[in-house]
Amino acid sequence: MRVVLAEDLFLLRDGLVRLLEAHGFEIAAAVESGPELTRALAEQEPDVAVVDVRLPPTHTDEGLQCALQARRRRPGLPVLVLSQHVEQLYARELLTGGGTSRPGGAGSGAGGVGYLLKDRVFDAEQFVDAVRRVAAGGTVMDPQVIQQLLARQSGPDRPLTRLTPRELEVLELMAQGRTNAAIAARLVVTERAIAKHTANIFAKLGLEVSDDDNRRVLAVLAYLDHGR
Amino acid sequence: MTNDSDSDGGSRTGRGRGRGVGLAAVRGLALALVSLPGAVLCFVLSAVSIALIPIGIGIVTTPYVLTGVRMFANGRRVLAAEWGGVRIAPSYRPLPADANPWARTFGMLGDPATWRDLRWLPVDMTAGFVTALLPAALLLYPLEGLAIAVGLWRVLPDGYWYGFVRVTDQASALGAGALALVVLLFAHFFAARVLHGHFLLTRAVLGAPDRELAERVRVLTETRRDAVDTSAAELRRIERDLHDGAQARLVAVGMDLGTIEALLDKDPAKAKELIAQARRTSVEALSELRELVRGIHPPVLAERGLGDAVRALALRLPVATEVTVDLPGRAQAPVESAAYFAVSEVLTNAVKHSGADRIWVDLHHADGHLRAAVTDNGRGGAVIGAGSGLAGVERRLGTFDGVLAVSSPAGGPTMVTVEIPCALS
Repeated sequence: MRVVLAEDLFLLRDGLVRLLEAHGFEIAAAVESGPELTRALAEQEPDVAVVDVRLPPTHTDEGLQCALQARRRRPGLPVLVLSQHVEQLYARELLTGGGTSRPGGAGSGAGGVGYLLKDRVFDAEQFVDAVRRVAAGGTVMDPQVIQQLLARQSGPDRPLTRLTPRELEVLELMAQGRTNAAIAARLVVTERAIAKHTANIFAKLGLEVSDDDNRRVLAVLAYLDHGR
Repeated sequence: MTNDSDSDGGSRTGRGRGRGVGLAAVRGLALALVSLPGAVLCFVLSAVSIALIPIGIGIVTTPYVLTGVRMFANGRRVLAAEWGGVRIAPSYRPLPADANPWARTFGMLGDPATWRDLRWLPVDMTAGFVTALLPAALLLYPLEGLAIAVGLWRVLPDGYWYGFVRVTDQASALGAGALALVVLLFAHFFAARVLHGHFLLTRAVLGAPDRELAERVRVLTETRRDAVDTSAAELRRIERDLHDGAQARLVAVGMDLGTIEALLDKDPAKAKELIAQARRTSVEALSELRELVRGIHPPVLAERGLGDAVRALALRLPVATEVTVDLPGRAQAPVESAAYFAVSEVLTNAVKHSGADRIWVDLHHADGHLRAAVTDNGRGGAVIGAGSGLAGVERRLGTFDGVLAVSSPAGGPTMVTVEIPCALS
């Protein structure tokens, strides 16, 4: 699997290259600035791009903008965005492709998007798993984004209060982009039990059940982001 | 302002004062002779040049004319300092050297000091002229009286008036002489003061308004002290947070790594446990650093500017918050930061105390001011002070000449407006 990596700090770039190579990824290019990233994405046609939000020369959100641009040129290009801080604002833009359409809406081109804190690199297995899921067209959201969303939606007389604590736990993991199997493994229960929980959650929140994993994640994220 | 030295009219010896009278008379006479035509010329040229601005000629000539007026005024400033000990600080705004005539003309016309100059000219050609001429008159007029007394009265037409004395014969001529002595005595005491008065008058019209300046200095002193206090307190807080937080955790991670190294062969299970702990500690250190950074300068603010930073902030609030932004550019970083933290504090306040379930934030720039209005539908009753945190916001805004206004009737709604003068780039 070929990866284009953009990270301006040498130590982190070097570490990420070694980490990804150790897990069988091929580093097509490891660049350190926005313009270089744009060029690399156009020339290398990678399976997935791992991009730091803040890149030279502006040291603003150059990486995010490059990623969004690349996805507009090549819809569905898998991009995993890394940052020292996570913002719902950026998550929303990634999910909607920088436009205003709702995530999961028709033709939004969502999927193959990831947004993680750099800290997640500490857990190599989980990080590599996230890269693979994004490359496969899945959606990966940092637990912090999900927690912020849940906090906003958990006020009194919100539908979320109708969920059991276990269902909330499942919802949180689901919103991070995990499959039923992964959630089951994480909570040490059977996949069937998780399937039952998800069915309950969808019923209680009034969401349409979908077999497609990624559509399911997007529906949940849209629900959490905008409420009903 | 410096104290006015009273050297010419004050406590000198008789001889010194006598010389002072002569000097004042000569200086006043010179001043009067130069100032009247100068002031008239300046005034007329200025009026004509400004009147010609609509047809374009004035745009070319006005900068030159006004520069001439400034030179004339500056000449008087120098004389006021040297002859009267009256210091009149020039307060012209600097103009860019490469400014075009248009920018120069309107830059100069926009300067209050220019209008003070133009107001001063008619004053100078009337009251200024009289006060400059008076010392000379006070000295020369008695000479005429004395001349009359010693015989000049004989050649004068009958019934000549010297002051209020009608000169007809030697007796009345002596009366005129006596009056001349009185005037001379008066000149002896007051001639220098009259000239001094001329310069004081000049300062009153030409000088920058003192009261406003003093008030401004007071405000600046106060806000600067607040700014220094606040930043010192902030630095102390950051130091403490780093010392007790991230720094201590990194030490712990380092110690764990040392222990792990020693345990690796002897007790791999224990080592593994410590590795997990070290990782947890480093994650904690990172998240602490992240919070600290957010408190110093929020990353979104650096990456996206004020509008998106406030939007990102709103997304973190537990209360539904609608943000409208109309900013055509970005303000300077310190202003953005001040505005962000002000809005942040106001929002925190609203969430904590108002009991509102909706908040609206409106950010826009108009008339050279950045305005942020935070409105909530809560119970109202918010006041500056009363431990609400709004007083702190007001103090910190002071550094930027920013103001905070609160409208919060009991029962709500509450609207807090923050306004900071600034230009957008």
